[in-house]
Amino acid sequence: MYLPLLPEGLVSFLGAAMVLTGAEIVIRCLQEEKVEYVFGYPGGAVLFLYDELSKQDIVRHVLVRHEQAAVHAADGYARSTDKVGVALVTSGPGVTNAVTGIATAYCDSIPMVIISGQVPTAAIGQDAFQEVDTVGITRPCVKHNFLVKDVRDIASTIKKAFFIAKTGRPGPVLVDIPKDVSAHKCEYEYPKTVALRSYNPIVKGHQGQIRKALGLLLEARRPMIYAGGGVVLADASEKLTKLTRMLGFPITNTLMGLGGHPATDRQNLGMLGMHGTIEANMGMHYCDVLLAIGARFDDRVIGNPAHFQSEPRKIIHIDIDPSSISKRVKVDVPIVGNLSDVLDDMIKMLESMSERPAPSQIEPWWKQIEEWRSRESLKYKNSTEVLKPQFVVETLWKVTKGDAFVASDVGQHQMWAAQYYKFDKPRRWINSGGLGTMGFGLPAAMGVQLAHPGSPVAVITGEGSIQMCIQELSTCKQYRLPIKILSLNNRYLGMVRQWQQFFHGNRYSESYMDSLPDFAKLAEAYGHVGLRVEKPGDVEGAIREAFSRKNDLVFLDFQVDPTENVFPMVQGGKGLTDMILSSEDL
Amino acid sequence: MRHVISLLLENESGALSRVSGLFSARGYNIESLTVAPTEDASLSRMTIVTSGSDDIIEQITKQLNKLIDVVKVVDISEAAHIERELMLVKVRATGKDREEMKRMADIFRGRIIDVSESSYVIELTGTQDKLDSFVGAIDSALILETVRSGVCGVGRGDRVLKI
Repeated sequence: MYLPLLPEGLVSFLGAAMVLTGAEIVIRCLQEEKVEYVFGYPGGAVLFLYDELSKQDIVRHVLVRHEQAAVHAADGYARSTDKVGVALVTSGPGVTNAVTGIATAYCDSIPMVIISGQVPTAAIGQDAFQEVDTVGITRPCVKHNFLVKDVRDIASTIKKAFFIAKTGRPGPVLVDIPKDVSAHKCEYEYPKTVALRSYNPIVKGHQGQIRKALGLLLEARRPMIYAGGGVVLADASEKLTKLTRMLGFPITNTLMGLGGHPATDRQNLGMLGMHGTIEANMGMHYCDVLLAIGARFDDRVIGNPAHFQSEPRKIIHIDIDPSSISKRVKVDVPIVGNLSDVLDDMIKMLESMSERPAPSQIEPWWKQIEEWRSRESLKYKNSTEVLKPQFVVETLWKVTKGDAFVASDVGQHQMWAAQYYKFDKPRRWINSGGLGTMGFGLPAAMGVQLAHPGSPVAVITGEGSIQMCIQELSTCKQYRLPIKILSLNNRYLGMVRQWQQFFHGNRYSESYMDSLPDFAKLAEAYGHVGLRVEKPGDVEGAIREAFSRKNDLVFLDFQVDPTENVFPMVQGGKGLTDMILSSEDL
Repeated sequence: MRHVISLLLENESGALSRVSGLFSARGYNIESLTVAPTEDASLSRMTIVTSGSDDIIEQITKQLNKLIDVVKVVDISEAAHIERELMLVKVRATGKDREEMKRMADIFRGRIIDVSESSYVIELTGTQDKLDSFVGAIDSALILETVRSGVCGVGRGDRVLKI
């Protein structure tokens, strides 16, 4: 009997598995993972993938102007939501350009999947055109990576990649797919579950340890809560705030943790660390019981670890990553677990307790803290003549009622943004804390704006950082992203200049930015609105005007005081209590 | 302090470089590292000899555990365990040295596994110390080459590293 060949679609209709190309499988997998946006840049090794992308409209592609920006945009998307960001780049230079973005995400534990093209399997190792050892190059800056050598492994690998990226301590996962593999065909079925014998992140905290921690907290005379980016990543802010209120303790947020507890709350002492407030740093140093939550005692936070440990205190540390515990500072009560679950357990245990210590127990401590706070370490001398960068950030906060998404680049402006924009909600503050990547702000803001259409999104940047990814103004035009860019233009690489002033005898080696473009005109050249602001009196009007333009990207070029410095400051390697409060302390 | 860390890891390409990369990136010492597949072909067993303070060793085991390809990590030197290393030494063996080398190999319970007119290859298994002693005991001028496998270790008695 003669049997006609059935078309593939009909075969699947009849119940048999679908036969698809590797590229089709990748796109199907992204659809299964409910990916809204893929940020990417095409090239030879990913042509099959781009071909399939164009045949569907569920997964939308955003064409950036540089692969670094693709990864930052996916990163901003992930930071401002609780979803996994996705980037797609080609082999060779596509990947190497992406590395800065990947390392940025890795340092801040951002869930992300990067799909990269690779030269065909037969060409691997032959020094082919646009070939690099992607898995080797990215290995130290990803949570995990894969090279898929067989089309039959694509679906299970992508499933694993998303699972690994978003569970445990999140991080970027890269999937490298050789061109021929994306063209090969096999039966496709998306795995429903994923099981990895070597990867089972702990979720539940140890109950005995939690009880022990509460015991310490309730006996504390000088308690302090120190909350980091883990709180934001775990979406545990509400629980943190609840626990903080129940305990009545002072709390400080790290740079990454801003928004984890409302900044305008009285119990919040502001950010701590190298540019932290007096009350936060002193509180951190002189507390007798420290509750560290999703934070890692990094060098910009505690300064010199030996100095920090010279003051006796009990430390409770809650973190999803066991390797973060007792890494730089010895911890007394480690609790490994998902912050949200652990905080839940703490709250429940606390609620079930019949007796709680009287608030008077910590009254002297609060008195001490208020004394530190009364020194107003963030006070700056405003001027009617010269534009102060702090004033610009404060005005942005006022105009946006503290409710904008704020992405920043890296440098002085980043610290002023962290100090003067009071974040009351999590996932609003988008910055590269760990790696400190200049050029992060604008592309990250693109991801944020796409994730939150209609919401106000600002970039606080400087004339140095913005030029590291300024080509993305073009992407913003293509996708109509009405981001507001506030550039604190002081004609210097400000943080470098500040360190040179403080520690290198005022020798401003290569930190002056000569031959700057007219940024307002540059923005206009890209089809946006550009405004140059020189007077303090014009700041509020300009920011209001920018946000009133709902459909326009507005570039505000603020000509700020080039001599302004970030205070307070703890010099690298010094103790937290050794703070420079103003130029007079130098 | 010297530690012997045993791990089971996925027998996949790149797994070894994840481990060695971790050590170099974080500045940990590797005295020796040896790896081969186990009876379960999907798993490799690795033995790493390292040294460092307790804090560093704690970080090393935590960081190793964090690697996705690593299934299990045990510091076998924390309790009673056995270590062995294999060494092949090619020595010049002519004239009176020929008999002397044979005698030394016997004393150290080594075996001569290759013989030529002018050389022996001696196979020796034991602890690092024993192999070091053998190398120290023979005339260094007669050593043509040595090759050592690095340490393999296993816990004594009921301590089993298995998934």
